[in-house]
Amino acid sequence: MPAEDRRKERLDRGIKARTEGLYAISSWREITYLLAPRAALVLGLLIAPAVVPGLYWQRVLGLAGVYALLAISFDFLAERVGLVCIGGAFMIGVGGYISGVLNYYFHLPLALTIPVGTFGGALICTLLWLPCLPLRGIYFAVVTFMFPFLAGSIILAGGLFRGTEGLSPIAGFPNIWVGVYLIIVLVLFAVFALRRLCGEDIGLVFAGIKDNDQAVLASAINITRVKVYALFIATVIGCFAGTFVAHFSGFVGLSLFAIDFTIMPIAACVMGGPGTIAGPAVGAFMLSPLSELLRGFGQLRVVLYCLVLVGFILYKPEGLLNWATRRYHQFEHWVKL
Amino acid sequence: MDLFVYADVLLYGVVNGMTFFLMAVGFSFVYGISRLPNFAHGALYVVTGFITWSFMNNMGLPFWLSIAISLIIVSLAGMAIYQFVMIRVRGMPISEIIVSFAIALAILEGLRLQGIGGFKGFIGPGYVLPPFVDGVVSTPWVMIDIHRLLIIAVGLLILGFMWLFTRYHRIGLALKAMAQHERAALMLGINSDRMANFALAIGSGLAGIAAVAIMPLGNVNVESGYSVLTHAIAVCVIGGLGSWGGTLLAALTIGLATTVMSAFGGTMWNNVLVFGLIIFILIVRPSGLLGKQKELEERV
Repeated sequence: MPAEDRRKERLDRGIKARTEGLYAISSWREITYLLAPRAALVLGLLIAPAVVPGLYWQRVLGLAGVYALLAISFDFLAERVGLVCIGGAFMIGVGGYISGVLNYYFHLPLALTIPVGTFGGALICTLLWLPCLPLRGIYFAVVTFMFPFLAGSIILAGGLFRGTEGLSPIAGFPNIWVGVYLIIVLVLFAVFALRRLCGEDIGLVFAGIKDNDQAVLASAINITRVKVYALFIATVIGCFAGTFVAHFSGFVGLSLFAIDFTIMPIAACVMGGPGTIAGPAVGAFMLSPLSELLRGFGQLRVVLYCLVLVGFILYKPEGLLNWATRRYHQFEHWVKL
Repeated sequence: MDLFVYADVLLYGVVNGMTFFLMAVGFSFVYGISRLPNFAHGALYVVTGFITWSFMNNMGLPFWLSIAISLIIVSLAGMAIYQFVMIRVRGMPISEIIVSFAIALAILEGLRLQGIGGFKGFIGPGYVLPPFVDGVVSTPWVMIDIHRLLIIAVGLLILGFMWLFTRYHRIGLALKAMAQHERAALMLGINSDRMANFALAIGSGLAGIAAVAIMPLGNVNVESGYSVLTHAIAVCVIGGLGSWGGTLLAALTIGLATTVMSAFGGTMWNNVLVFGLIIFILIVRPSGLLGKQKELEERV
């Protein structure tokens, strides 16, 4: 059959239709169909730290968790609320510096520095970005992109917090298992909580703001207030990742504002499937071990990694998870026109 | 503090402002016209420097010929970036930014690659482009080399050319029409993809001109690609789009401000100043000092 005489037809699998209602729980097969992908994610992430070879790869997993949290936060803001915030490094920096300073100068315990760094940092980020919230599209993106550079140059110019040397040592986790499992459990919590949140009433408002903010405004909803909620949720996630980096590496310095923390989550999001929340997390757990493996190649690593990014945006813009979801729920075949 | 110092700071500030203008003019042109944020701008700037250097030193071509060939190559590269990559993500701002930034990273880090096919990578301070004209002008008040004065001349020339081009030339007018209302322009028979292609070619060429004009002041290095990009965005955002006057005003403001800062405060506060200015302007007037286009699309 020549290509122009046929098209691909996609049909839902029978089991998908059967699992949409309450009757899904009447049979183990349907329950398994619903639970399998979720259980695979949860079990996969929980088992991973125990099966990877050695301490080095456990640390890689911990960092992958940081990127996963940032990717989730980016994805939530960009694809669910319509705020393209590419200042991931700023959240990491603010969260990390707060908990680092508290631990280094005041010797507070982890149980105190992490919550203070997370929520205090989120408050600071939200307040600083509050004036930028009326901006749209690329303008919000550019402003948030500038913040890490600004913060970095202020610290450098003012010689604050021991300037380029950074603060070290910062108290670490009691052992590596606590650190790795803390971040993995929180990644899972963030994925499921945000997906649930987006299905609630306020999730509809978020989607409305993304699609047409004027219409939401016309329904007498204060969109700035709703955007502030979304921003606070996202920055809580980002700042927790920051405090985690500070304690996990035992060091707080200008490298917390590095561009990696901005670019890598975006790449993970594009690769994993924008808009799915779980996809970016999966993408981060795939991408960061991959880039560890390529570390030996030096600069070639960055080049390859950019090419993968461009390739995904051009040829597979839906990302891996959206593609996999489609294959899971539907079958496709060629039909004659 | 005597008057001479002020004259010195003023003159060098204007030169500095003109270098900012040269860095930004290509980016501003492309973004203002086709709404494509070409984050590969800085990469193309660096590429021009390196291929000009290679033509002169590896192939022994004369200075002006190598500049001409590199400018043509860079313009074609800009066209290729649009034709093969950007055209597919047009209208999706976040994808546009990610794609062009990824291209920029690939180019810049690729220039540093070592040991593939005997390529040594452009690392180190050995890559220097010669100035257009060697020599120094000294007056009783200030001493300045001719090349810096020529930068001012080149900047003014480009400003004049762009002003005339977007006002009187057919293609310039078509580009302006696209910037104002793309659908209406389409209805009048303006092919928006071809025009965006043109815009990217011209914008990349302008990045190349900026490179050969500015690089003799220092050496050719990969890191400057990132700073050129941020400075171009800074000028663009502060000045506003679609207004050459705004671009020039912003460039001179930043140039003078940073020169004054370096002379009296300290170089390390320069970046704080530039970024602070951008954030302030974006919050207060997102369309820039003199920008008039599409204010409604920029904020709620």
